Amino acid sequence: MFDYDKWQEIFDSLKRHKLRTFATALAVWWGIFMLVILLGAGNGLRNSAERDFADDAINSLFVWSNRTSKPYKGYKAGRRIRFQNKDAQAVKTKVEGIDNMSARYFVSSAYQTEYNGKALTFRIRAVEDTYQVIEYTEMTEGRYVNSIDLKDKRKVAIIGDLAKEKLFGKDTKALGEYVRINGTKFQIVGIFTDSNKREREYIYMPLTTAQSVFDKIDRVHDMVLTVGDATPEQAKVIEKNIRTELAALNYIDPEDEQAIGIYNNIESYQEFKMIFSGFSFFIWFVGIGSIIAGVVGVSNIMLITVKDRTKEIGIRKALGATPWSIVSMIMQESIFLTAVAGYLGLIMGFTIIYGIDYLMKTYEIDDLEFFYNPEVDFASVMLALIFLIVCGTLAGLVPALQAARVNPVVAMKS
Amino acid sequence: MIHLKGIRKSYKTEFTSLEVLKGIDLSIEEGDFVSIMGSSGSGKSTLLNILGLLDEYDTGEYTLDGVLMKDLSQTQAALYRNQFLGFVFQSFNLLPFKSAKENVALPLYYKKIPRKIRQEKALEYLEKVGLKDWADHLPNQMSGGQQQRVAIARALISEPKVILADEPTGALDTQTSHDVMEIFKEVNKQGITIIIVTHEEDIAEMTNKVIRLKDGNMVTE
Repeated sequence: MFDYDKWQEIFDSLKRHKLRTFATALAVWWGIFMLVILLGAGNGLRNSAERDFADDAINSLFVWSNRTSKPYKGYKAGRRIRFQNKDAQAVKTKVEGIDNMSARYFVSSAYQTEYNGKALTFRIRAVEDTYQVIEYTEMTEGRYVNSIDLKDKRKVAIIGDLAKEKLFGKDTKALGEYVRINGTKFQIVGIFTDSNKREREYIYMPLTTAQSVFDKIDRVHDMVLTVGDATPEQAKVIEKNIRTELAALNYIDPEDEQAIGIYNNIESYQEFKMIFSGFSFFIWFVGIGSIIAGVVGVSNIMLITVKDRTKEIGIRKALGATPWSIVSMIMQESIFLTAVAGYLGLIMGFTIIYGIDYLMKTYEIDDLEFFYNPEVDFASVMLALIFLIVCGTLAGLVPALQAARVNPVVAMKS
Repeated sequence: MIHLKGIRKSYKTEFTSLEVLKGIDLSIEEGDFVSIMGSSGSGKSTLLNILGLLDEYDTGEYTLDGVLMKDLSQTQAALYRNQFLGFVFQSFNLLPFKSAKENVALPLYYKKIPRKIRQEKALEYLEKVGLKDWADHLPNQMSGGQQQRVAIARALISEPKVILADEPTGALDTQTSHDVMEIFKEVNKQGITIIIVTHEEDIAEMTNKVIRLKDGNMVTE
């Protein structure tokens, strides 16, 4: 039932104590607002990091070569190691636990890609057919590199949709057309897209084709492989086996960690997950801290309110106010104030977080390294708000009950 | 209307026990106009508080309108206060942030009477004490006498059986005191029992019956 008089009393009382009202409201507002902002920013950071991982298979390993750091079997330290197809083949056939693997060859970035008189520079990766699964490449038209391309060293290319747009324009058909890369003609057989914007300006071609057209030897720049459902420990074993295999083939000291570089995504992902669980713990810790500050603020104000109103309460009791009506008067006031202030903080926090999200989406600022899609879980923040209101009023209940119990005669004399 | 039998009351602290009322036997009939007199410390205010259900007594019996008032819960006491009793205090005890009309209407709020009726009745009772034109003024815009008249209107509005007044003229000058007493007389004529605590002889003389207290005992009648 809507009790007009009760609300009149509440508004009267809040208006009579403007500073107190403002201070309480600010404490609650700030607590909730900060919680929302913290959660939103934290989620933005996490989402951006998670996006980066989502681009490649989480269970992937990258293997590349460096200079040796130790002399071995008559070879001096500092020798440059260069992988070739035989190395990739050895890893593929001899190391257990690999479910997909592709060697990669990076075509020189000095080469231009030409179509219809227009020449642009794109990054070009030469890969094997298995690479599509590893990179999560999504075909929008045509097909990916296949095994026949690799066997016959066919001069075909798969182009990212953004690269296609730049080179061909939006409306021109690219599939089946020929482009010249450093003078050699390649036929476009597929167009792809990717969750990472930068990837969409890449061009892919068969590994064997690039090796024969651009290098004349079967050079392999690096190898990428996935290890299925391997645990981080199992991935570590696979990593070690790869080292052993490649060291034997290239006369490298098996202890020479520097000669062969291996980046283990599983390990990084585990680390990332640990950092972020720590991070979200920290955010909640700070957030709950600010909510507790709000609760303390509310209960403090309640204490003062009750002290201030002792005489008024005494008069009301003499006129027939029951203890319960006194308690509910005080409680309703504080519940109302905390709820409104908390809700305002919540709305403002959400407005800012989703405003940023909206602006980032509208202006396509989606390649920011450290921030992406900030979001806040409405339910958990509502829970925090309810928690704050309940705690604040429970803390206020004690002085309110005391006030209701006070002897009206004593109260009126104060 | 009011029957007291062997009422005792003492205030205990950790080290001492001060007996304020030492066995009061007293009967006040419906329609009486009584004053309770005594020097300070005689226990007259305590007696009034017990009569007003604002304070508890230790032993004895207090019957109000045929109902034994003993070991009441706070809620019950509030209910009886609201139903039977009206209070007038020395320091008026009006709520400073409410207008005269709102102050007068307050007891009816606790009787859960609809707002509109409360307002009408409040005006009616303000008219009775001659302050209808002051209905929308705040207490601090009124003189002491006017404030006390508002307080009387507030005590009357719930149509109590008994009005309890604690030094109602204590803060007023002689002329205003007499005006206030005139109002009490008028009220009494309508059959409402009035009990006034005072230490002023001339005020006591205006009542029909004087009860004198000394050191917690009744002296004469």
